[in-house]
Amino acid sequence: MNDARPADIWGTTIFDGAAAQRGYALNKMCYSFNDAANRAAFLRDEEDYCRRFHLDAAQREAVRRRDVLAMIAAGGNIYYLAKLAGIFGLGVQDLGAQQTGRSVDEFRALLRAAGERT
Amino acid sequence: MSRIVGGIGTSHIPAIGLAMARKQSGDPYWRSFFEAYLPVRRWLESVRPTVAVVVYNDHGLNFFLDKMPTFAIGAAGEYRNADEGWGLPTLTPFPGAAALSWHLIERLAAADFDLTTCQEMLVDHGFVVPMQLLWPDAKTWPVRTIPIHVNTVQHPLPTPRRCLAFGRALGAAIESWPGDERVIVLGTGGLSHQLDGQRAGFINKPFDLFCLEKIVDEPELLANYSIRDLVELAGTQGPELVQWLIMRAALGPAVRKLESNYHVPISNTGSGMLLLEKAA
Repeated sequence: MNDARPADIWGTTIFDGAAAQRGYALNKMCYSFNDAANRAAFLRDEEDYCRRFHLDAAQREAVRRRDVLAMIAAGGNIYYLAKLAGIFGLGVQDLGAQQTGRSVDEFRALLRAAGERT
Repeated sequence: MSRIVGGIGTSHIPAIGLAMARKQSGDPYWRSFFEAYLPVRRWLESVRPTVAVVVYNDHGLNFFLDKMPTFAIGAAGEYRNADEGWGLPTLTPFPGAAALSWHLIERLAAADFDLTTCQEMLVDHGFVVPMQLLWPDAKTWPVRTIPIHVNTVQHPLPTPRRCLAFGRALGAAIESWPGDERVIVLGTGGLSHQLDGQRAGFINKPFDLFCLEKIVDEPELLANYSIRDLVELAGTQGPELVQWLIMRAALGPAVRKLESNYHVPISNTGSGMLLLEKAA
């Protein structure tokens, strides 16, 4: 019950100061997607849009590949990444499926199974 | 004098707001989830609150990572929601209670809780979805509102123990307001969910049920967990439980549980609901 233990929980990233610094440009770009005009601008010219927000090479590559785990490794925060996913009509179950290497149906089955625990 | 008439804990998942916008609340997937809120709405009709203090976390609408307050409070005459990027509708603005906000700011600062004050504040789904759940048919909102934001996005987050103490101070501040208000406090978010990483989809039903039980009479027990514990036990977004702890602590030492519900999964989340009345 203290915060001094190591934060190594399997499959889990703590979005702390180090991550927030590393991911600042990527998260700032995703924050801009609250505005529909910015979402349209991203769709018009993704390369240019990423450049304007100064994404680094790893962030740019992760966005190009639509790779959520790579975006998180590059400092992305899931709440901001969800706004990027929204551009493609994807929700948190789609993101969960991709991150866990499952189909969306398989991921939903995983969630239902959690509800059947006693 | 003003008094707190009760507290409500509820999840604030965006999918709930989308289901309401799409008129899906009668669908098989949703029906029992929404039915659990019917007695809460009847209770609201009977106690007729005048003010709702809504404790939630902003998810990247009003606050970006350029400036991230640990605790922030609205002090505006009106609050609006806005596009968060994925299509929740914009609603009738929520009336504020600015004079009471400033009273809370003064009293909380005197009690050593120094909040970021916001005379303009967009409210996101963390605030909006619970309001829609409580008053789904309202053309105009029947209560004035005070949003209180807690940082559960960027670590370090405030500890559960700090949040419990904050809630106690908040409750005392509300009840020291000379106006004749009937106040409800909403604690929103949770319960267990993890949206990110290879452990995405993690839900811990036994822990959620434990929290729903213990928060009623033993909130101190839950306040003993660290944030790291809550991440492990309830997922990366599980620390939103601190917002329920603030609500619970604001009600004072003794409460009566009137309603409780747990529904899993809603989207990726173990969804909880709790209605507490302040014991005399």
